[in-house]
Amino acid sequence: MRHRLGFAGKKLLRMVLLLLGVSLAAFLLMSASPLDPLQTNVGQAALGSMSPEQVARLEEYWGVHTPPVQRYLGWLGDFLRGDMGTSLLYRAPVRQVLGERLANSLWLMVFAWIFSGILGLVLGVTAGANRGRLPDRIIRGCCLTISSTPAFWLALLLLVIFAVWLGVLPIGLSIPIGADAASVTLADRLRHAALPALTLSITGMANIALHTREKMADIMTSDYVLFARARGEPKGSIIWRHGLRNVALPALTLQFASISEIFGGSVLVEQVFSYPGLGQAAVTAGLGGDLPLLLGITVISAAIVFGGNLIADLLYGIVDPRIRRGVACT
Amino acid sequence: MEPILEVSRLSISFTQYDRGVHQRRLPVIRDLSLTIAPGQVAAVVGSSGSGKSLLAHAILGILPYNAHLEGQLRYRGAPLTPRRMEALRGHEIVLVPQNAGYLDPLMKVGPQIRKGRRDKAARSRSLGVLARYGLGPETEDLYPFELSGGMARRVLISTAVAESPRLVIADEPTPGLDARAAGRILGHFREIADGGAGVLLITHDLELALTIADRVAVFYAGETVEEAAAADFARLERLRHPYTRALWHALPQNGFQSIPGGQPYPGAQPPGCAFAPRCPDARPECGGAVPWRPFQGGMVRCLYPKGGTAV
Repeated sequence: MRHRLGFAGKKLLRMVLLLLGVSLAAFLLMSASPLDPLQTNVGQAALGSMSPEQVARLEEYWGVHTPPVQRYLGWLGDFLRGDMGTSLLYRAPVRQVLGERLANSLWLMVFAWIFSGILGLVLGVTAGANRGRLPDRIIRGCCLTISSTPAFWLALLLLVIFAVWLGVLPIGLSIPIGADAASVTLADRLRHAALPALTLSITGMANIALHTREKMADIMTSDYVLFARARGEPKGSIIWRHGLRNVALPALTLQFASISEIFGGSVLVEQVFSYPGLGQAAVTAGLGGDLPLLLGITVISAAIVFGGNLIADLLYGIVDPRIRRGVACT
Repeated sequence: MEPILEVSRLSISFTQYDRGVHQRRLPVIRDLSLTIAPGQVAAVVGSSGSGKSLLAHAILGILPYNAHLEGQLRYRGAPLTPRRMEALRGHEIVLVPQNAGYLDPLMKVGPQIRKGRRDKAARSRSLGVLARYGLGPETEDLYPFELSGGMARRVLISTAVAESPRLVIADEPTPGLDARAAGRILGHFREIADGGAGVLLITHDLELALTIADRVAVFYAGETVEEAAAADFARLERLRHPYTRALWHALPQNGFQSIPGGQPYPGAQPPGCAFAPRCPDARPECGGAVPWRPFQGGMVRCLYPKGGTAV
């Protein structure tokens, strides 16, 4: 137990360093961006018609003349005190924007995460246990096709099929257009989240299925499966008793590592469906020069991804007897 | 007595892809013959890479899909068909593999011995066999990585004995053990044979095999070159094949001398006698067909055998 606490402590320290590095990198990239926030957000024509005083006030608002070091340190100081600043574009506290966006995205991501995990595992185990035979060839073919398909293209395809041709699902956004916020039902939200969630699930699933297939195929050619066959265990029992047991550990790692991919995928998918989630906010903030919002999103995303990997590492120590008991022995 | 297992003229080859799409047959075991009677320990002795383990897999019907089998296997008087293998393996015919790597690394020993059965009878049976090999009930709760080499071997034997088998195939059960532990493990196989089962002991260690075996089949480059009573190995003059004699000379108590050269790889065997290139007595005829034939109380694959029990 003490060992595990020490392990968690070390990981947390690493997380702090990581977040610092990620925020700095995002900041540097933003400073190096050739986009002028004034021109992007106000527009060339509007700028031309403004008085120099107005332009100067806008420049101050967007922090054009503040030295980068001062900007970053100012942001960092506030962040450490718990203040994430105010979004320049949404003119609301970053904390509040993040909260709303994250709530929207979490729907998608949690659904995609669970769905892709379960389906990926089932397909991967099926393919791996039947390597070289028809089920394997079908599953592998589909998964390879999906993983070589860009997520946004798949999103467009689903959009065309379900929203345009069949007309069964809405074409975008998270709630019906023009509806009063109070009259939006849970069913409305689910219907709007369905397509983006499905896209994310399918892309995530292919990856998990291919990796699981590889692991499962290795297990099926292992010495202990050979011995199980020699002992007359039927194939179903071998897959159930030995296959799933041994594929569980890599699957666990894969499942938590896939958080980052789902996060990354959500940026593209939300953009296609105009879904007001975290990913879309990240694109808007990046293109619009909204530094506090972008840094806020970056740090939160990195923390969630890191948290996922940390949970996987900790679970490994609990689930794998070789680690659990190995530590107890020493 | 009716033999438990008769292997006659068994050949195993693999289909391989060689240079692109060109298929070729790679012969690994050629023309192997062997008989095991109840209560007998028959040792198959050969150096690594001579195809010994495949013999075990062939009898159990667990060869890889690209393997090709010829010849005849008979179990208790009837042909051993794939369907029969499937029904018998793990029950009447059991395998004792080499090491703990053949146990599921994430499953405790107890459930592995019981093969997933959870009833009380299975539980008392697994405890019973463990106790028979000096392993306490706490062994059931250990994972394979927590077993020592000797314990792992005894657990593997327990998995076999828990089934009351008629034929036990032990595939290299002793490497990595010191001489005393190895002797004890082999003693367990002798006991199993004395209980009426047949034991096929596959090993590269002639010296250890001789301590428990009744019959010894010597394997060279995928072929049996000699089958003899274990007692024949007491005197050099009784051994029939030049390779067996070379093995005898390589034993520590007989001078520890090795002959130059190495065993040919599968697919690279010379025509005729595979041992001819290293044989001190080879003649031009050895490049032709060399039949497997009875000779002086044993079997030999040599045109000019020596010795035998008559000497």
